[in-house]
Amino acid sequence: MDFINHQLFIKDINVHIDPILPKKTAIITHGHADHARFGHDHVIATRQTIDIMKIRYGDKCAKKFTSLRYGQKYSIKNFDFTLYPAGHILGSAQVLIEKNNHRLVITGDYKVGKDETCKNFKLVKCDTLITEATFGLPIFQHPDPKDEIQKLIRSVKINKNNCHIVGAYALGKAQRVMNLLRQHKYNETIYIHGSLEKLCQYYSKEKINIGKFEKVSSKDKSFYEGKIIIAPPSALKDRWSRRFPNPIICMASGWMTVKQRAKQQGIELPLIISDHSDWNELLDTIKKSKAKNILITHGQEDALVYYCKKQNLVSKPLSIQGRSDEEIE
Amino acid sequence: MKKFSSLLHNLILTPSRNTKIKLLQDYFKILDINRAYALAILSDQLSFQFIKASKLRELVYEQVDQHLFDYSYDYVGDLAETISLIWPTNKKGKSQNLSTLIENIKKIKKSEINTEFSKVFSELSNNERWTLIKICTGGLRIGVSERLVKTALADLYNKSVNEIEEIWHGLEFPYENLFQWLKNETSKPKIDFKKLFHPMMLANPIDEEKDFKRLDANEFQAEYKWDGIRVQLMVSSNSVSLFSRTGDNISSAFPEIIETTKGDAVIDGELLVGRNFKPSGFNDLQQRLNRKKASKDLQKKFPVFIRAYDILFYKGKDLRKLSLVERRKYLEKFQKENTTNQIDLSTIINFSTWEELTKYKNNFYDDLNEGVMIKLKNSEYLPGRKKGYWYKWKKNPKLVDAILMYAQRGHGKRSSYYSDFTFGVWKENELVPIGKAYSGYTDKELLVLDKFIRNNTTNKFGPVREVKREIILEVAFDDVFPSTRHKSGVAMRFPRIHRIRWDKPINEVLSIKEFKKEFKID
Repeated sequence: MDFINHQLFIKDINVHIDPILPKKTAIITHGHADHARFGHDHVIATRQTIDIMKIRYGDKCAKKFTSLRYGQKYSIKNFDFTLYPAGHILGSAQVLIEKNNHRLVITGDYKVGKDETCKNFKLVKCDTLITEATFGLPIFQHPDPKDEIQKLIRSVKINKNNCHIVGAYALGKAQRVMNLLRQHKYNETIYIHGSLEKLCQYYSKEKINIGKFEKVSSKDKSFYEGKIIIAPPSALKDRWSRRFPNPIICMASGWMTVKQRAKQQGIELPLIISDHSDWNELLDTIKKSKAKNILITHGQEDALVYYCKKQNLVSKPLSIQGRSDEEIE
Repeated sequence: MKKFSSLLHNLILTPSRNTKIKLLQDYFKILDINRAYALAILSDQLSFQFIKASKLRELVYEQVDQHLFDYSYDYVGDLAETISLIWPTNKKGKSQNLSTLIENIKKIKKSEINTEFSKVFSELSNNERWTLIKICTGGLRIGVSERLVKTALADLYNKSVNEIEEIWHGLEFPYENLFQWLKNETSKPKIDFKKLFHPMMLANPIDEEKDFKRLDANEFQAEYKWDGIRVQLMVSSNSVSLFSRTGDNISSAFPEIIETTKGDAVIDGELLVGRNFKPSGFNDLQQRLNRKKASKDLQKKFPVFIRAYDILFYKGKDLRKLSLVERRKYLEKFQKENTTNQIDLSTIINFSTWEELTKYKNNFYDDLNEGVMIKLKNSEYLPGRKKGYWYKWKKNPKLVDAILMYAQRGHGKRSSYYSDFTFGVWKENELVPIGKAYSGYTDKELLVLDKFIRNNTTNKFGPVREVKREIILEVAFDDVFPSTRHKSGVAMRFPRIHRIRWDKPINEVLSIKEFKKEFKID
């Protein structure tokens, strides 16, 4: 495992995984902006991740693209790369790197729970596991998303004169919320912030059931009474949200577990819906991977490192530049 | 318990007062014993002294690895919430009644606290656990005042909140007489008014132009307006209690008053910090506020006393229908009979014209008072802010020009606008912040400032934006004190934006040295 450094860079073959700056060859785990960047020479990713990058950054965001199917092996010299579903968002992947019989898995962002908007997480056995730890504290034990989405549906039923604005990250979370609403028989048109439109259209095209949606337009205020509007979290605090009638501010995020955080952000209806693994799923994945060497990145590493050491696993934190922002999910 | 815990959950998250009232009303509509418990909890009249933070930690360490707990607590920053989230066994036990649960807990013997509490915690959901811990440790801190709870009840049953306020302190758990009266099943509960907090008489600001023309100076007397907290002191042969202006019992925070006061009366006055009846300013008083208890050390460092303004009852006699002048005689009598080092009388200023009073308003005791109170000599003691009896006449505020440095988004009606402003003065070539204000401007000025901030941000620190040094604010404030907690060494009292000084260049703003000199701060 010495072949990869703390920046997820494989020097022997000049390959990076999820680099922040433009590089020669970049394997991209998924389309979120803290992983997928503009300007690489060669991007290797799933077809859907490549599509998403093109939607967000334009067709020329990289000079060359190589799309891989899940499970399809891709070799560069004596390194073999295989992508496996990470269950995080549409197109998200874990990266298995094999060299001289050593198996190393970079999970990228992942969740173990069921999700209709993407291929579900596949556990990959390995010797070294580089896992994320966004919710790497035992206080994070995500509830069933079914209960959470029903809170929203119930609130919409009760508060007929209000509109509900749901803060959700534009890629992945927004569509997951829409899909969950559909799963639980919410069949009304869902209104979306303009920045979500292209991604929602893409999800629809990929046959993800997010139902009927429409971009918010300057209609009469009362039109939005009783409606659900989905917007990126940044828009909640902005003047944008003030055009709606008696909005109830909601947020779909794993961070909503902590009431004080919800309150700080002015969230009235927190929905604990996460696209990351919770504490138990992290522990479970570490255990089932059979890895003896655990590197932990991206979030609350300390508690997880402490836990792994207690289990006699070799473990240390891996601080990757530009990846500590709590807001990002 | 499930319903009550989701009530608390919703109350803590909703910023809107009206929504809070509605949530409370929906809960109080439930016609069973639970609402009495809820009322007791929400008005902070029920708490278990025997379970403290240290005990809770002990309990949780039995369940969870200590390090993992500490990492989590560090992240969450709230003990009740951390414990409720981290508690491992989350089997869905049968939902318990709030009332049953509390009664069961009351019965727990000291020797069984650990096992019994662990059992109870394990049977509850996250949110219920959080609620129970909040109830046990007291002080909910969910942004709901006692007054708001009463308002919700009053509105629900078409009563006036003042009527509830009047009898509130004579009511006892489980408040059956209250609920019966609210539903019009019985008449208003009979209360022993001698032992009850009485809503205070409040003053209106005087309108210098109109009122002085219309009012006859000879019918009024004046007193200094002190910058402390208004209190009501209730003394009888067997008990002494101290209430805040809102009727909260704050006795436990001021033991020196409770222990020394004697007699039989209800006194209205101002609580101040100082020695030998010399108030030492609001800054010192603040050290004693918002505390449940006061250590001996704190009592020594910041001793408190009451400056008495008025008397409502004397030896069981209701004086409230008497004139102010008559009541004053009783107050002096009380003071003579029960002299202590903790109570003195407010001085009466005699004057014959309004002009004469002006000099008292602005100069007396320099910074230690806020202005004067003008009271109709023959006024009865009337609850609330009735017009025409008592007036307050504040000193002119102090003014300083300062440069806008940072801005943050506001709350409530100002949310999403940059409406909290930090401003500063020069210290050599840099700026040093001297205060923060979030009021005083007009709606129009707010829009201009908001736009300026959005377009001129030079740096961001979390929610705080640093802006180009261009805007000068004329800041009005009541007072300024030395402070070790601020970099500038000063702390302002009630700063607000007076106007925007478009006309002034930033290099004409004072230095911190000049500022301190002008406002006499060493």
